[in-house]
Amino acid sequence: MNDFAHLISELDRTNKTNQKVDALVQYFNKANNKDKVWAIALFSHRRPKRLIKTTSLRSMAAKSAEIPLWLFEDSYHIVGDLAETISHLVCQKDRTHHNALKLHELISHMIDNRGEDEEKQLAFIISQWKSMDFYSCFVFNKLITGGFRIGVSQKLMTRSLAKSTGIDEDVIAYRLMGDWDPKHITFEELILNPDKDALSYKPYPFYLAYALDKKLDELGSPKDWFYEYKWDGIRVQLIKRKDQVMMWSRGEELITNQFPEIQALKDVLANGTVLDGELLVYKENKMGSFNDLQKRLGRKNVGKKTLEQYPIVVRSYDLLEYNTRDLRNETYDHRRIQLESLVEKLNHPLIQLSDRYHIQKWEEVHHAYQNARSNRSEGLMLKQRNTSYKIGRKKGDWWKWKVEPLTIDAVLTYAMRGHGRRSNLFTDYTFALWKSSETSQNELVTFAKAYSGLTDAEFKEVDAFIKKNTLERFGPVRSVQPELVFEIAFEGVANSSRHKSGVAVRFPRILRWRKDKSINEANTVDDLKSLIPNE
Amino acid sequence: MKNPLLVFTDKGIYCPKADVYIDAWKPVERNIVSHGHADHSKWGHQHYLTHLNNVPIIKHRLGDISTQGVNWGDVTDINGVKFSLHPAGHVVGSSQVKVEHKGEVWVFTGDYKREDDGISTPFELVKCNTFITECTFGLPPFKWQPQKEVIKEINQFWEECKKTNQTAVLFAYSLGKAQRLIYNLDQSIGTIYTHAAVENMNEVIRGIKNLPKTVRITRDTKREELIGNLVIAPPSTHGSPWIRKMVPYVTATASGWMTFRGARRRRAVDRGFVLSDHVDFGDLMKTIRETEAENIICTHGYKEIFSKYLSEIGYNAYVENTPFEESDNLIEDE
Repeated sequence: MNDFAHLISELDRTNKTNQKVDALVQYFNKANNKDKVWAIALFSHRRPKRLIKTTSLRSMAAKSAEIPLWLFEDSYHIVGDLAETISHLVCQKDRTHHNALKLHELISHMIDNRGEDEEKQLAFIISQWKSMDFYSCFVFNKLITGGFRIGVSQKLMTRSLAKSTGIDEDVIAYRLMGDWDPKHITFEELILNPDKDALSYKPYPFYLAYALDKKLDELGSPKDWFYEYKWDGIRVQLIKRKDQVMMWSRGEELITNQFPEIQALKDVLANGTVLDGELLVYKENKMGSFNDLQKRLGRKNVGKKTLEQYPIVVRSYDLLEYNTRDLRNETYDHRRIQLESLVEKLNHPLIQLSDRYHIQKWEEVHHAYQNARSNRSEGLMLKQRNTSYKIGRKKGDWWKWKVEPLTIDAVLTYAMRGHGRRSNLFTDYTFALWKSSETSQNELVTFAKAYSGLTDAEFKEVDAFIKKNTLERFGPVRSVQPELVFEIAFEGVANSSRHKSGVAVRFPRILRWRKDKSINEANTVDDLKSLIPNE
Repeated sequence: MKNPLLVFTDKGIYCPKADVYIDAWKPVERNIVSHGHADHSKWGHQHYLTHLNNVPIIKHRLGDISTQGVNWGDVTDINGVKFSLHPAGHVVGSSQVKVEHKGEVWVFTGDYKREDDGISTPFELVKCNTFITECTFGLPPFKWQPQKEVIKEINQFWEECKKTNQTAVLFAYSLGKAQRLIYNLDQSIGTIYTHAAVENMNEVIRGIKNLPKTVRITRDTKREELIGNLVIAPPSTHGSPWIRKMVPYVTATASGWMTFRGARRRRAVDRGFVLSDHVDFGDLMKTIRETEAENIICTHGYKEIFSKYLSEIGYNAYVENTPFEESDNLIEDE
């Protein structure tokens, strides 16, 4: 545990990628194999389920720090991280304390304790706290609260593993895909020497595009590119291998069971076929919305009614494996030709083709971009014709060009402190729009919350404003003198009976601070409603 | 309270019986100053009274002002009200202000800490009926390590920088934290260089206390000579063109705010050391207990939360607003 805690403290104390990689490499060189597997699992979002309810944990932490629960809660809102708050309060400040358990031992104790009653679990936790310095305690609390997220991307971890083992980074990325169980798999099986069988259940690492950051004509000759519409669904790999049909989401979740209809493809697709595409709801020749798709995703058991109400398709845009042959190193042009003939041959309602368009002049792409929203897409994808299918987010061959968001000017009305990097700063805001009323004066009605979009300097300025202009406190939330106006951007808007404003917006964020506007110039709920697309 | 000894007005903390202000934030005739930080010693008063050691400090900052310096414990009687200054241990020359009238005692702490930092005169406990306390870090997660431990960590940091042929840049407020570090760091590792703002203050402090040698960074200072040595600079230089002269460098901040991981990341320094010139939660509680005061007035910091807690455990505690907290959280004003 000390080694791993030390690694976390090393990662925490630097902003530099190279130093983070160095720390990880050192850890992978030194740690025992069982610990390594768990470390990899933790850094790739395969954390163990949380041990106990956080409410019990909070009250126990408050008790052992000898403070009232409300003071613990207030502290938590200021620290902005539960595991960290508890660690400050209960860890042993003198440095002579060492927790003798190894990372994998600690985790298996945790797993063993899962079935126990709460009293026993709490006793286990307290006994661990007593032997832990700050970072051990912090890591442990992250584990038992099930929220292990520490500024290390999977990419960084993969790079470090590659450095430590001498295995190619792309090979490691592939071996880490899919759902393996850190409790049972060995380092040998996972990284050093996985058998072919295990790999056959894994998806390929997805190739991800960056947002277009240049002018189209800087991309070179338009004839070297295709454009496609970018669909607002879920990116998936549809796999048929060893007589099984599987579907993996871009978040590396196996979603086969949520979509039983894909089993109809079992006899249609040949073994050794992998399609890359977008999962969409599609009914009566019309594409459904992302909201419709969410109705399917949330369900573990899919009823007949849901299947009928929200039927799905895979709209494919790439072919990664065909006839058991890995096509990723062939050109996009080649892969597309094979994909198109495959989809045509299959002629199956579950598999559609996402059209690609040849480009003669860049103006054509500009034109398509203008029509993207009316085509029910969220923008365009630009793909270089002569390039291979890469691993992860790489710049150069694929670009996404999303449609401009919808925007509206709204008034800041409530604020809460942020988390992580923004702990102790008021950075989580609630925004309101004007609603006219026949009986009384116009009032401000809440319509969205947003946390991102301002610079650090702007956050600091708004934070100072909030502290000076607080009207009322409701626990961690403060109501604020309505004075500041912000332009809020969002991806979509729909009627909603669950929201006070009667409208729900998708992915709201702050576009900019409108210092030039007074609150009387903010928009109204009716303005927002006018943006809802007609059915 | 009927006819309180001290009241909070829009100009400062005021004693009506003596017609004297303490740490006034708007110009007044007579003002007692607790210490030399900008939010406590404002410009524009007609007469200042402060500790002898603080006189050169505020004159350095405020220019030629009319100032009377007094010793620890000296009593100044104004219209039957006795005023005296007692060490607060915050920075060199920092005082608590004791106000006594007919056996009733009020103490205003200014800013304070309990641990002896070696260079500021150590905190002296003054028993009182009403205790006006700062609570900058009045929240249970704030728990300081002994100075010895933190200094050891900073020395190690410096040695690592030296080993890798880099310059260690340590951000510290130019009055207080800078001298505390200079006084305590291990100069057998190398030379401590200083930014002009820090060195100007060092020169003032050297008239009061012994301070180890430091070297002012000037236009002629060569980048090469800084490598392996330590630079102490005000936090405002972080990211400025001035600091780019130090390349290759590693940055660090020493402050109580470095307790939180989020604050460390936000500050974008390579290392954060938790070293504060204020009391932590434990020492705040201990001090309140030891003063035996029954009334506690909380001024800057997490005052609402802290005074709510005090009320809950039986104190007559409340909050008074002062502009001392305007510097609030993220600022280096420690």
